Amino acid sequence: MLIFERSRPGRRGAVRVPVRPGNVAEIPRSQLRARPPGLPEVSELDAVRHYTGLSQRNFSIDTHFYPLGSCTMKYNPRACNALAMLPQFLARHPGAPADTGQGFLACLFELQEMLKSVTGMAQVSLAPMAGAQGEFAGVAMIRAYHDSRGDAARDEILVPDAAHGTNPASAVMCGYRVREIPTDADGNVDVAALGSAVGPRTAGLMLTNPSTLGVFERHIVGIGNIVHGAGGLLYYDGANLNAILGRVKPGDMGFDVIHINLHKTFSTPHGGGGPGAGPVGVTAALAPFLPLPVIGQAGAGFRLLDERDAPLTIGRLGAHLGNAGVLLRAYVYMRMLGAAGMRRVADYSTLNANYLMAELRRAGFQIAFPGRRATHEFVVTLKLLRDKTGVTAMDVAKRLLDKGCHAPTAYFPQLVPESLLIEPTETESKETLDAFVAAMKEILEEARRDPQLVKGAPHATPLGRLDEARAARDLDLTWRPG
Amino acid sequence: MTTPANLKYTRSHEWVRSEADGTVAVGITFHAQEQLGDIVFIQAPEAGRKVKQGEECAVIESVKAAADIYAPVSGEVIAANPEVADSPERVNRDPYAAWLFRLRPSQPAELAGLLDAAAYAKLAESEKR
Repeated sequence: MLIFERSRPGRRGAVRVPVRPGNVAEIPRSQLRARPPGLPEVSELDAVRHYTGLSQRNFSIDTHFYPLGSCTMKYNPRACNALAMLPQFLARHPGAPADTGQGFLACLFELQEMLKSVTGMAQVSLAPMAGAQGEFAGVAMIRAYHDSRGDAARDEILVPDAAHGTNPASAVMCGYRVREIPTDADGNVDVAALGSAVGPRTAGLMLTNPSTLGVFERHIVGIGNIVHGAGGLLYYDGANLNAILGRVKPGDMGFDVIHINLHKTFSTPHGGGGPGAGPVGVTAALAPFLPLPVIGQAGAGFRLLDERDAPLTIGRLGAHLGNAGVLLRAYVYMRMLGAAGMRRVADYSTLNANYLMAELRRAGFQIAFPGRRATHEFVVTLKLLRDKTGVTAMDVAKRLLDKGCHAPTAYFPQLVPESLLIEPTETESKETLDAFVAAMKEILEEARRDPQLVKGAPHATPLGRLDEARAARDLDLTWRPG
Repeated sequence: MTTPANLKYTRSHEWVRSEADGTVAVGITFHAQEQLGDIVFIQAPEAGRKVKQGEECAVIESVKAAADIYAPVSGEVIAANPEVADSPERVNRDPYAAWLFRLRPSQPAELAGLLDAAAYAKLAESEKR
């Protein structure tokens, strides 16, 4: 039921603020409304019940196991939210002078320092307001670096075919041509193909390590040498940083630029796709090009560095400090964990993934890269199951909802047919993981015994299987009076 | 799987049909639409655009993925199929009838280099892993 359908003429919430007619004298007549906007008219209680009811129909990490993992959003510890909501943070005007917000700036400065330390980069900017914007900033810095050296012939960015779609998109947004590099049978970058693809036109290689296939790139040092040897730069997509947090630093692997999705690794909220934060880190050679503002030290305190400090900056990506509230939550998360806690994140997220992988294999599921250890995630392929029973990855994903588990990522990575990308993260107990394995086992048996049961799932949710194709083809988001 | 013998094919899963007027119609194969799943959006090239063999010239979006369509031969785009733009599900229903766009080849010799039905069927089968 839509809230519009609850609407009754004249029904209102209690008015809390004094209402007086606005002055519309200076607004041109043609721009004035002839009648009030068609907003729902409901009481406060109607609105509360409506939205509480919707939230109760939801599957979320607060209510169910959620093996989308850090790819989408990890569990958000309540303390991060509580501290970031302190009125001293919340009520500060972003335009207030630096000397009235030293505490705020100190937190963000320390966040920069912690991110430098955990990534092994020389300098960090917190300015990008989402992962995609971080990628854009990262590639823009690669471009600025080559341009500053008069090296304008480099017009290609190399991207493995296993990469997230955002990588080629970011490269194109920065004016580059994209060249795809194939993956070998073990899930590594095909080094021979990379060797013949690099050259004087190579601006850089964008790489996710561990890769989207859930394996650590074994040839990373050699890959770095090939790209650097051709004069290109190495870009680290931080999507899978969770697996190596505190254990391996992208800077030590030879990367020149990195973006980090704070919602993936540092547990910031990510409801409905935002608000995000995508800090970027760089080596010393690229530091002059970082987006502004960067938090700098000023005597015993802190200040925002601007264009006078960094004339070569690629510029600004938004107003003020980026998504400062999101940055604060990541700061609290990192401070609560400390360096030792961050290593435990990597240890337990990979341990949980490897345990799940071993148990699912034992239960009869086919692992996409059976010869490789899982990182913090792994890929199951249901191709054989589909060929035998007609049950697809989507069917299994939907049936999991009936068993009280959120579905893992389905049909990504695209290189693997009928794939499920499973990521439990570090916060799940053995009992939860065992319950997931039991659910998957039941589904496997159901698929063999009664495929239609699985193909018709979900059966226990408030709504059954949605027609995704029709929803996309006949998109209609506008309510109109009936 | 069906692979009509009167068509030519590319390694990137387009089919090509030579028409009587010297133009070619281009679509995607049964295997391609099966891999993509329900198609929800097609962005075809504009008439008049000159494309080179292998150049990205259209985009297909399904509920699972977005995929680039490559020009199977060089030439000028004569027309995009308005019927598939309006109802992309036609590509799922009958992939060999639902052409996406027509080209007037500028290098007709390129057509000879495309795969025949037998070679394409073999390729598609090997990709099914």
